[in-house]
Formats: sequence, C-alpha cells, structure tokens
Amino acid sequence: MSQVKDVLLGPIFNNNPIGLQILGICSALAVTSNLGTACVMALAVTVVTAFSNMFISIIRNQIPGSIRIICQMAIIASLVIVVDQILKAYAYEISKQLSVFVGLIITNCIVMGRAEAFAMKNPPGISFLDGIGNGLGYGVVLLFVGFIRELLGAGKLFGIEVLPLITDGGWYQANGLLLLPPSAFFIIGIFIWLVRTFKKDQVEAPEFVLAKNTQKEAV
Amino acid sequence: MSASKDSIGRTLTVAVLLCVVCSVVVSAAAVLLKPKQVANKNLDRQTNILAAAGISTAGKDVQALFDELIEKRFVDLRSGKYTDIADPARYDATKAAKEADTGIQLSRDIDTASIKVQAKVMPVYLVKSDTPEGFDKMILPVHGYGLWSTLYGFLALESDLNTVVGLGFYSHAETPGLGGEVDNPNWKALWPGKQVYRDDSMTPALGLIKGNVDPASANAKYQIDGLSGATLTSRGVTNLVHFWMGENGYAPFLSNLKAGGA
Repeated sequence: MSQVKDVLLGPIFNNNPIGLQILGICSALAVTSNLGTACVMALAVTVVTAFSNMFISIIRNQIPGSIRIICQMAIIASLVIVVDQILKAYAYEISKQLSVFVGLIITNCIVMGRAEAFAMKNPPGISFLDGIGNGLGYGVVLLFVGFIRELLGAGKLFGIEVLPLITDGGWYQANGLLLLPPSAFFIIGIFIWLVRTFKKDQVEAPEFVLAKNTQKEAV
Repeated sequence: MSASKDSIGRTLTVAVLLCVVCSVVVSAAAVLLKPKQVANKNLDRQTNILAAAGISTAGKDVQALFDELIEKRFVDLRSGKYTDIADPARYDATKAAKEADTGIQLSRDIDTASIKVQAKVMPVYLVKSDTPEGFDKMILPVHGYGLWSTLYGFLALESDLNTVVGLGFYSHAETPGLGGEVDNPNWKALWPGKQVYRDDSMTPALGLIKGNVDPASANAKYQIDGLSGATLTSRGVTNLVHFWMGENGYAPFLSNLKAGGA
C-alpha cells in the first residue's frame, strides 16, 4: 500500500514534475493566465500521462530498444489526438482557448519523461497511478500559478469577479504583468522556493562556490 | 534484453502493429465525434454572427435567437444581386471557392487579401426588420490572410450600408497575445461607428493604422488602432476589409442595394 501512496502522492510535493524534475515548464507558462484553462489542461495532461504510461507499460516487454522512443511517441500522440477530439466535441469554447496547447501535450516533457523513466520498467497498474500522480503534481502547480495570475492579473477566479477593477468602477488596479507569460516564471520560482523551504532535502548542493573577492578596486 | 526482441523482423512487426492500432483508435475518435464537432462549429458561427451585429446571446438559446432574428440570403458577387441556390442549408462558400464552376481564381494584382480563390456566391445575413429596406443590419462574411493563417470573420453594417456595427473573427491562428488580440473585446469595441466608404465613393477607406487613432483627425472615422506587435496581422485585417468591401467583394452588391434593390 505504501508504494501506491508514494507513487500517487509523491509527485505532488516530494517529487513534483515541475518543481523538482523541472519538466513541462513551457505549457505551464502558456495556459495559466486563468484558472479554467489551467484546470482543463491539468486534467488533459493527467489523462494522457496516465493512459500513455499504462499502454506503454503493457507492451514494455515487446517494444524493441531501437525504436522505443518512437513507439512511446506514437502512443502519446494518438492519446493526445483523442483528447483533442473529445474536447472539441464536448468543451468547444475551452478547446478554442487552449488551441495549440492541447496538441502540444505531445511535446510535454512530463509525458515522455514518465514513460521513459517509469512505465518502461514497471507493471501497468502502478504505471497508471504514476501517471495520475504526476498529472496531479503538474495540476497543483498549474492551479497555484493560475490562481495567483487570474486573481491579481484580472481580479477574477474562474471568470467570476472577486476584486472589482478600477476600470469597472471598483478599487483594484490589475497587474497586467501577471497576465503575460513571464510572470509564470516568477510564480513557479516562488513555488519551488516555498517547497524547498519546507523540504530541505530537495535543495541541491551548489555546483561551484564563488571565490572570495580579494580585489579592492575594479580593474 | 533478448536478441530476438531486437531482431529486424520483430522490430518491424511491433512498429506495424502499433501503427495499425493507433490509427484505428485515432480515426474512430475522429469519425464518431465528428457530428458533435460540426454542431459546435455551427453554433459558434451563429454566435459570432449575432455578436458581430451586437446582439448579446448570453443565457439564450442561440439557435432559436438566430432563427428568429436572422435571415440568410445569397449574393452573386460579380453581378451584385441576390440569387437563389440549390440546397442553401448545405452551401459551403469555402468549398465552392475551390471548385472550377462555382469559384473564381483571383489574379495576383486584385487578390489583396491573399485568398487565391473566392466563391461566386456568398451568403449574407440580414437582421430582419419592418423598415422599407427590409433589414436592420447587414452581416457579411469576410476572410483574408494575416501572418500565419487565414482569418475568418464577419463584418456587420448598419442599414446605411456604410457604418460599421462590429467585426469579429471566429477562426484564426495568429500569435496569441500579439496578432491573437484581434479577439480582444477592447479592440473590437473600436469598430462600431466607423465608416467603410468616404462620401459616395465605393472604394473602401476603412483600415488599421500604426499606433493610436487621433480622435481630432478628420480621418478618425475611417481609422482603427493597429495591433501593437502585430504589424502583419494588422495589415492582413486592413487588406481583407479593403478586398471584401471593394469591387471584387461586396461593393457591387452594396451599391445595388443603395440604388434601390438587388
């Protein structure tokens, strides 16, 4: 049981795909300007990671080593197309907002990373859970970033006004920077900082130490 | 890893089998979900037509509202007259443009919107009314090339056939945040009230300019703020307005209407 718990809940804080593995940053910048798209994206990535892990794990003993990456890509790409088609059929508005980013789940490093690192070596059940766990870890960061960006950038949560904007006669001056992709970098940085403050074991040893400055004047 | 797993025969078998399974799954999803997606697209189109005419669809049944308010008619672009076509419900102007007998090849000097072909017959949408003209607003489908993609949208005119009611694009793939700002409500709000034609000329004057429009300028009513960081998309929007409002677009039809009938 403890293995299941580790695999499922570990990636949320202990081994977060964005925070510790530093995977899937690009899509985290693009889809977090509001919570609605962040939720759907997190859900889509979770589904794709879980099922791609499961299918790859099922045929892991059949996949020849020479074409294993291509096999993984074929499975992931098919799943992404299916998810994209389902979104277009049942959540048309959101699929329009997510536009290319659903297709780009294929290139999301988390999916490939988990397939290669976990599913190729473990049985299907636990691989499926690993996919769900990593999707959740990705989702937690997306929601954290999306919450801050939408609340402070647009004064809304899920499109519902929380902080009345000055432009609409309220008191809150929106911070436009938070609606632009760079702000997600700062917030992800803060997230990593927070996690590592509580989980000291995630702090990496410095690769080098700066030499002490002995020069008094600039040369 | 056993040698047999990595043999050429085995590699090929796995690759072929995987491809077959994946392609069956993908095509099944595409085929089964197609009707639902087409319905969504139609609904989205109708919502956009209503939005271009400034009619709010919030909380209403779009289909019912559309049927109640909008009349769809067809126009022969070159003669500028209303025309009837067989099977109006299934007419697709994008498909018709590509067929030799229903489309027109545009030579490079007149193809300012870079669309290469256009349909001879285009649908137009009228907001019904009891006035002598028989309509309150005229909604015209327009499209043209921006930076990455063809922008498809609707331009709505008042019954004077000169004053803009609104412009909206329902399909494009311009850069989000730059050219994609054509969807920004603040930018779209600049369009209502602008004039397409200057005085009695039928050459369109309306277009995007670099920077912001000076409201004191005499030309302000023919100008829209350009999209910052999206010069080519802005140019594309100007070009498509000029093309579709010009002599190869709806100008003959609009001047016929102004003269008393089409």
